[in-house]
Amino acid sequence: MRSRLLLLAVALSLAASCAFADARYVEVPGGAFRSAIKLTDEPGDRVDVAPFRMRANLVTNADFLAFVSREARWRRDRVAALFANSGYLPRWAGPLSLGRNAPPDAPVTGVSWFAARAYCASEQARLAHWTEWEYAAAADAQRRDARADTARQTRLLAHLMDSFGTPSMTPVGDGPNVYGLHSMHALVGEWVDDYAALFADVDTRNPGENSELRLCGGAALGFIDRTDYTLMMRVAALSALTPADSSSSVGFRCVRDIGGGEDINQKVRS
Amino acid sequence: MKRIIVFLYALLLACQAAFAAAPSLPLPGDSLYQSPLSLQDQQGRQFDLASMRGRSVIVSMFYTACSSACPLTVDTIQEIRRALNVPDRAAPTVLLVSIDPQHDDVVNLAAMAKAHRLDPTYWRLTRPTAGDLMAFAATLGVAYRQRTGADFSHNAVIALLDENGRIVAHTSVIGKVDTAFVSAVRERIAGH
Repeated sequence: MRSRLLLLAVALSLAASCAFADARYVEVPGGAFRSAIKLTDEPGDRVDVAPFRMRANLVTNADFLAFVSREARWRRDRVAALFANSGYLPRWAGPLSLGRNAPPDAPVTGVSWFAARAYCASEQARLAHWTEWEYAAAADAQRRDARADTARQTRLLAHLMDSFGTPSMTPVGDGPNVYGLHSMHALVGEWVDDYAALFADVDTRNPGENSELRLCGGAALGFIDRTDYTLMMRVAALSALTPADSSSSVGFRCVRDIGGGEDINQKVRS
Repeated sequence: MKRIIVFLYALLLACQAAFAAAPSLPLPGDSLYQSPLSLQDQQGRQFDLASMRGRSVIVSMFYTACSSACPLTVDTIQEIRRALNVPDRAAPTVLLVSIDPQHDDVVNLAAMAKAHRLDPTYWRLTRPTAGDLMAFAATLGVAYRQRTGADFSHNAVIALLDENGRIVAHTSVIGKVDTAFVSAVRERIAGH
C-alpha cells in the first residue's frame, strides 16, 4: 500500500514537472534597436534594449490552469471585476476545467493584463516591456532583425489575416527564431506591461490639451515604420483593450531580468 | 433563569463584537483598495492604501521631478477643492501617489508639499514602499513609461473614490476645473 502511494507521488511529481517543462526561458542579448513606434523620448528613435531572458513559449492553457488552481483569486468564478471583466477565460469549460475548446498545449487567451501580470509574477518573472517584445519579435530563424524582409512581412500578414477568421488558434508551425523563441507571431497580440502607456503618451508639456487620448488607439501613436502592417495591427489590437479586458486573440509570455529576479513587475522595495 | 440571562448577555457581547468588525466587510469587486499597496507620506507616516477606506478620497498620481503636468495637477485639485465652497475638513482628502519611488523620498515629498502649501491634514503626498505600483496605476486608468533619465510619460487622471474605494468620478482635465467633476464631488459630500 505504502509503495503504491509512493509510486503515485512519483507519478504526480513527474506529471507536475512535465507541466512546467515548457516554462523555459532563453536569453535574448540586448542591442540598439529602432522601434517601429514613435516612442517620443529616445533621441534618434533608437532604444537600447538591455539583455533579458524570455519564455521560449507562450503560456498555455495547462500552465494557466495550474496557476489558477494554486491562486484561486484568479479563477474565472472568483476574479474581482477590477482585474478582469466578463470576457475572462471564455473558452474554458469551467473555472477549473479546460474542455474541448481549450487544448492544454494551446496558448492561453482571454486573459486580462492584470491576470497575465500575476501569472508572470508566479513564475518569478514579469511581462515584457514593449521594446523588449518588439526587439525579440523582429528576429527570424537566422537574423536578429529580419524586419526589412518583404517576403517575411507578406507571410506574417497573411498568417495574421488567416487568424482573424479562425475562432481557435491552432498551434502553428512557427519554428524557433534565432533566440529560440517560438510562435512570436502566432497570436494577434501579446500583453506587454507598458502597452497602455504607448497610447497614453499625451505630451506632458502640453497639459492643457484634452487628455482623453487614453486608449483611443492610434490617435496618440506615431509609427516610424509604416511598411510593417502586421506590427501596426498588433499594436492596434492591444490599443483597443483596457487592462481588465480579455481578448481571445491576445495571449502572453513572460520575461526575466538577467542577474536575478529584480524588478519583478516593478515591485517597489524600500 | 439567571443562566439564561448570562447567556443572553454573552450573546449581546458577541453581537457587539460582530458589529465592531463591520468595517472589515469584504471590499466590492471593483474597489481599488483590493490592490495591496503600502505607502509612505511626506511626514514619513506609513499606511496601507486600504486604510483610506471609510471616506471619500480624491486620488491622482505624480512625481516630484515632473516639471509641468504634475504641479498643474496639484493646482487643479486645489482649485477643485476650493470650488466646492465647503470648509477644508468637509472636502475629500487628497491622496497623491508617486510613480517614481526611487527618487521621491520623504524629503522630496515634503519639499513639494511645502512649495504648494499643502496641509498634511488633507493632503497626503506618498511614495509606494511595497506592492504592484503599475497595476494600481492601471486600476486608476493611469499608464506610464519611464523615459530617459528621471522623466516619465504618463497621462493625468484625477479620480474621486467613494468610501469603499470605488471610482465614482474621474477627469483628465487639468489646468482648469472640470465642472462636472466638481458637481460629482459636491454630490458625494452632500450625500454623507
